[in-house]
Amino acid sequence: MREMIKAKAIELLENGTVNRVLGWKAGEFFYDLTPGIFTSREEIEETFEYSVFSAANLSKYLIAESRKEGKIAVFLKPCDSYSFQQLLKEHRIWRDRVYVVGIACDGMCSMDVIRDKGITGVTAVEEDGENLKLTTLYGDKTIAKADALLERCVHCKSRKVVVFDEMIGENGEEIPDSHRFDMVEKLEAMTPEERFAFWRGELSRCIRCNACRNVCPACSCEKCVFDNDKSGIAQKAAASDFEENNFHIIRAFHVASRCTDCGECSRVCPQNIPLHLLNRKFIRDINELYGEYQAGSDMDTKPPLMNFTTDDCEPSVVYERGGKV
Amino acid sequence: MKKVFAADIYKVFAKVSQKSKLYIPADDGVSQARFLPYMEGMTLTEKLNTGRSAKDLFFPQVENLLKFKVSGKQIEIVDQRDEVESFVIFGVRACDCRSFDILDNVFLYDEPADTFYKTRRANGLVITLACNAPEETCFCTAFGIDPADPAGDITAWKMADAFYFRGNTDKGNALLAELELVEADEEAAHQQQEAIRAIAEKLPFGKLDLTGFDKEHLMEKFKDPRWAELSESCLGCGTCTFVCPTCQCYDIREFNNGKEIQRFRCWDSCMYSDFTMMAHGTNRPTQKERFRQRFMHKLVYYPSNYGGVYGCVGCGRCLQKCPVHTNIVKVAKTLGGENK
Ligand code: SF4
Ligand code: SF4
Ligand code: SF4
Ligand code: SF4
Ligand code: SF4
Repeated sequence: MREMIKAKAIELLENGTVNRVLGWKAGEFFYDLTPGIFTSREEIEETFEYSVFSAANLSKYLIAESRKEGKIAVFLKPCDSYSFQQLLKEHRIWRDRVYVVGIACDGMCSMDVIRDKGITGVTAVEEDGENLKLTTLYGDKTIAKADALLERCVHCKSRKVVVFDEMIGENGEEIPDSHRFDMVEKLEAMTPEERFAFWRGELSRCIRCNACRNVCPACSCEKCVFDNDKSGIAQKAAASDFEENNFHIIRAFHVASRCTDCGECSRVCPQNIPLHLLNRKFIRDINELYGEYQAGSDMDTKPPLMNFTTDDCEPSVVYERGGKV
Repeated sequence: MKKVFAADIYKVFAKVSQKSKLYIPADDGVSQARFLPYMEGMTLTEKLNTGRSAKDLFFPQVENLLKFKVSGKQIEIVDQRDEVESFVIFGVRACDCRSFDILDNVFLYDEPADTFYKTRRANGLVITLACNAPEETCFCTAFGIDPADPAGDITAWKMADAFYFRGNTDKGNALLAELELVEADEEAAHQQQEAIRAIAEKLPFGKLDLTGFDKEHLMEKFKDPRWAELSESCLGCGTCTFVCPTCQCYDIREFNNGKEIQRFRCWDSCMYSDFTMMAHGTNRPTQKERFRQRFMHKLVYYPSNYGGVYGCVGCGRCLQKCPVHTNIVKVAKTLGGENK
């Protein structure tokens, strides 16, 4: 896969399809890849890397990149392609300036997950079939890829790249039984007090680093209200519990029905806050109240919360009267 | 040197916590350790270091400064100082302990002293813990820090069967005397130290070459064209600054709930667009300038201002936490050493 991707990147540059390529740059270790732009064969040969650690979703960079001169090639995994299409739909990316290479994916791994399994001091990783062979300061270790997967990959909703100019590898299918709502169901089964305590416990750890917001493809405002001093609610840190919750609730509402469940927010949170649960609660409610909807899955349908139809339900009515849709 | 059998360490914690608040690094239930107030039944983490740094206890992320209460034409100003409580923090790593020296330069020794920080420093007693298992992201040794022999009021070593303690300051010795611990041989920790140093020797960035990061090369580094590429993927989040034990910038803000106004200070981040905003706007208009500021501060400005001491302690948090894995080591390797 890695070699095919690199060869494709070089080919697209050299045959003039694009003038630059957006991909992942090798880091100091095998796992610390950084999104980067490549403009020459040499650069690609030396520093382009694709591996189970290419988790970073490159779609959001295209908001800025597609406004630059010339066409850019990008490699999108299935989940990334939903974000990309959602941004196209919102007219944030200029489609004709991007050449999309879809890549088949069977899951991305996370160094945090590996560390959490007690394997530390990892200086090198080698993919070996279904396993990762790790060189550590404390001897060689092996871990099954399946045990090192990111949460979003354990509960992957779709292996299908939804928009591409060409594919590398065979495109996959949606995964209806991803079990991604299992934990949401558990939260729903709690009493309101228990649920409040759960979320307070999680959100009280937030350090307002804004990584979740800044990485989020759905958070593409030029200036976020929380950064805008004139908005009256600008915050750098939460002055109270109320503000702590406020940031997350506003953000969840603002991305509701546009959030593709790409999982980036949970991946990057330095405090391991399960932000995906908040988003998935919204997605589940939207599915229930407005019919099944997957943001980013097509170019035509309107996000339910950005659209009005006369048979729309009134969520408060539904819930307060105890009825369902 | 004093000794406490591993089985008795929680008795010691209980005794200390009867007298003053005690913080220990414990698991917070989400795959991360953090300094939590000791309570019976709590156990020490197996993790090397805490997700957030020990800085939090001396320079908290949010700190109330004062409150204004308005009634009619009267404004009442309420002093809210609460940093006067004495506390003990156990399990600080060598890197975080050195970060206090870096913060001290700014908050204690530069005039005027920050009285909030100063009071917390005076009231805090630091017990460090040598690192038995450094991680690949650790590079404290590049800054002359010895993970096998951390500083602090008391230094502790953890071995299979016991903890060993050495008092380094009067304050530390006084606490050890109060605890009435068993005497142990000075040499007890030596074997452990050797084992740690053998690992530290193998750290991939342990000998990070910082040649060229100094006052003389300030403008050269500032103008280096490679900042553009280094910063191109940076998201402008504040993660690296908020997990960093030496980041020291703050903002002063107010929160008006209609009845009273809370003035507080909170950490700020040079990665943010409104950092040090002035009337004319900002002099760091793009992420490139913001990114450059963070690393120039750590590697060039701080040493230029404080006798060559770097503003990084090599704790590796920014290496582990940056969402796009761009960090101080990548900067140093790109712009310093043989590449300078
Ligand atoms: S990434 Fe995590 S810690 Fe940072 S602002 Fe988001 S929820 Fe808070
Ligand atoms: S909220 Fe999280 S899961 Fe949803 S689009 Fe944004 S980063 Fe992706
Ligand atoms: S360097 Fe990394 S952690 Fe720091 S602001 Fe940029 S993206 Fe965020
Ligand atoms: S710059 Fe990074 S490695 Fe250095 S002290 Fe700060 S967080 Fe630790
Ligand atoms: S950087 Fe050094 S002192 Fe800090 S945790 Fe790692 S080994 Fe210990």
